Amino acid sequence: MIDRAFIGQSFPPLTALVEAGRLRAFARATGNTDPIYTDDTAAQAAGYRALPAPPTFLFSLDLEREDPFYFINAMKIDLARVLHGEQHFTYGEPICAGDEITLTSTVTDIFDKKGGAMEFVIVETRATNQNGAEVGGMTRTIVVRNPQ
Amino acid sequence: MRYADITVGDTLPPLTTKPISRTTLALFAGASGDHNPIHIDIDFAKQAGMPDVFAHGMLGMAYLGRLLTGWAPQTAIREFSTRFVSITQIHAVITCTGTVVEKLDGNLVRLEIQAADQNGDVKLTGGAIIALP
Repeated sequence: MIDRAFIGQSFPPLTALVEAGRLRAFARATGNTDPIYTDDTAAQAAGYRALPAPPTFLFSLDLEREDPFYFINAMKIDLARVLHGEQHFTYGEPICAGDEITLTSTVTDIFDKKGGAMEFVIVETRATNQNGAEVGGMTRTIVVRNPQ
Repeated sequence: MRYADITVGDTLPPLTTKPISRTTLALFAGASGDHNPIHIDIDFAKQAGMPDVFAHGMLGMAYLGRLLTGWAPQTAIREFSTRFVSITQIHAVITCTGTVVEKLDGNLVRLEIQAADQNGDVKLTGGAIIALP
């Protein structure tokens, strides 16, 4: 069982640079041919300062940590038993190439179902840019399948 | 596209991907930063009791993001959520679909979205709130 004392715990904030090359690689990997995600001129013509990060990219920025599985490892969860259950994003100012985004993540809940066969961890992340503007947030639900 | 012109039941132009290959997963692991070996290392996947590697849930969500930004500018998206219903197998061809299910105050519309494979098996379900002029 995951220690319920983690509920309410925040992890050290992470500041991550949004790299243009990474955004282009993400567009290629996801088959996105819309030029605003790969071409600076097209992005600026669409009103962005620089290439915009796609709607799910905040999740990727949080993986820029030295240990991308930081909260899973902190809770001593076996990565092989982890499934991604749900993911929710909210949006503020656009995240663009060149931005430095600071992410702060907090464990908001841990609970189990089916007599402990499945445990659920909810982590909320808030994010701001280099100007202090809110760029949105995300909530993820991780499912842990425990051996019976 | 304006709020006034939207009717509940309107559908988004569907999006169908190429088959998800091992290369797709390797490139997505690198680009997304999700290096969980269960998506790229068949030895690890088998040790974890899976028959093969399988797609990152966030790859499916990225496809659903393309569905949204193919319909409305990204800056119009207010909320975007998914539930990962079942594992997306290697070689799957994913089709993303969406429907306007509600018109809300403040020129907002609520969408229901889903990603399913070539057999019609649902992989992700979700929703989005979009602001329209």
